[in-house]
Amino acid sequence: MKFRTPLGKVRGLGAAHTGTDVFWIQRLTSIASIPLTFFLVGSSLYLIGADYEVARAYISSVFVAPALVLVVIIFLWHMCIGMEEIIVDYVHSPTVKFASLIFNIMFTVFLGLTGVYAILKISFGT
Amino acid sequence: MTGTKPPTGRPLSPHLGIYRLTFTFLMSGFHRVTGAVLYFGMLIPIAWLLAVATGPEWFDFVNSWLGTFLGRLVLFGYSWGLIHHMLGGFRHLIWDTGRGLDLVSIEIFARATIVGSVSLTVAVWLAVYALGGF
Repeated sequence: MKFRTPLGKVRGLGAAHTGTDVFWIQRLTSIASIPLTFFLVGSSLYLIGADYEVARAYISSVFVAPALVLVVIIFLWHMCIGMEEIIVDYVHSPTVKFASLIFNIMFTVFLGLTGVYAILKISFGT
Repeated sequence: MTGTKPPTGRPLSPHLGIYRLTFTFLMSGFHRVTGAVLYFGMLIPIAWLLAVATGPEWFDFVNSWLGTFLGRLVLFGYSWGLIHHMLGGFRHLIWDTGRGLDLVSIEIFARATIVGSVSLTVAVWLAVYALGGF
């Protein structure tokens, strides 16, 4: 058994039925990001010079708040996969690699939760 | 986890260093670099949202920081990166369908990406200054 190659072990077991999910999600989030990017740029233009109450009212609007939550979630999901891709491409030392992979997930999840929390707090009042 | 030590002194296959710099090569790099920069740039909209959630003082503080020369420069770079990465993403989505992979198309795509991203960014910032305020 000790001398069996990895290929020999999996031969005959059939397809893994997994493995393309990351590729698929990266495409899915990229397509979703197209209208969201236009929305983000448009919102930024609208909010130029806006005072505090105007910004608050805009963000808490029923059309804007859910779209902003989507921006945060979709962008960060896409970012998380993208950065993971970069890390596994360039970081070869196992210690640094796994530390970076862990940091990547924690950073994106933390940022995402913070963003969603901020939008909800603005929407539902203090 | 099988930890394999890289054998020393053996010849490695050539990487980036040996190839002539082409437009498609450059745009491929730009796509990855803009993606990585946008990753950290996401701190800006999140910080801004948090400032709005926290109160008028923080809102004014973050806005005044974004309004400085450095702030505007960062925002300009962020907007260009966002637009460039989106246009670069269009190419990838087209390639995913199996189309546009011939040498003529990729060259057109590469040029359209940089020309498109720069002109769109300039257009956005013309709008920024046309809307005054900032």
